[in-house]
Amino acid sequence: MIDKSIIGKEYAPFTVEVEKRWVRSFAEAIGDASPIYFDESIARAAGYRSLPAPPTFPFAMIMDANQSFMILDQLGIDKRRAMHGEQSFVYHADLCAGDVVTGRQRVVDVYDKKNGALEFLVTETRLENQRGEHVCDLRTTVVVRN
Amino acid sequence: MILFEDIKVGDAIPSITKPAISHLQLALYAGAGADHNPIHLDEEAAKAGGLPGIIAHGMLPLGFLGQLLTLWVPQRQVRSLSARFVGMAFPGDVITCSGKIAGKREEAGDKLVDVEIAAQNQKGENLQLGKATVALT
Repeated sequence: MIDKSIIGKEYAPFTVEVEKRWVRSFAEAIGDASPIYFDESIARAAGYRSLPAPPTFPFAMIMDANQSFMILDQLGIDKRRAMHGEQSFVYHADLCAGDVVTGRQRVVDVYDKKNGALEFLVTETRLENQRGEHVCDLRTTVVVRN
Repeated sequence: MILFEDIKVGDAIPSITKPAISHLQLALYAGAGADHNPIHLDEEAAKAGGLPGIIAHGMLPLGFLGQLLTLWVPQRQVRSLSARFVGMAFPGDVITCSGKIAGKREEAGDKLVDVEIAAQNQKGENLQLGKATVALT
């Protein structure tokens, strides 16, 4: 069982750079061919500094910084038994290629269902860009099947 | 342009149906989404994890739901997006994303519309149920 004393734990800040190539490969992976994710002149014409990151890109940043698997590893959880159960994003400012984003993750809840057969680990991550602007808040629920 | 005054609670937004999820797409998403969990790539690892086989990243249908919104309004107008992953997507699944206006409100000068969103597979089973808020003018 996940020790509930982990609730409230904050992890060291992480920094991730949003590269143009990454924005493009992410859009390609989700099958979104909108030119705004590929052509910088079109992005600029729409008022962006550079290619905007698609709405669910911030979670890729968390994964790239190993924030989710790090916790599972620390808890000794086999990630083949872990699944993403719920995800939310609240957007506060543009997120674009070229941004250098700092994130801070903390554990906000741990609970179980079915007498511990399913455990839930809930974390929140706040992202800020290089200008100190609050970009996005993420809330992630990981389900562990015991 | 979509105007706040033209939107009615209960209206559907234009739905999208994505091409079938392929193993190639899962490999691309493992790379770009930085999620290398073997349950999305390796049949044996998925089965060892107690799954019927390879499953798609939950973030893939949620990415489709993001596209549902950005095809409807400019991305900057999307204020929030969330979903519960209530069913698993498998390679070969054809996902349809849809949305319905659940509410309208004005808050701090913003005209906000709440949308109930869903991603379903080709059998009509719900894989993801969620909400989004967009700002309109």
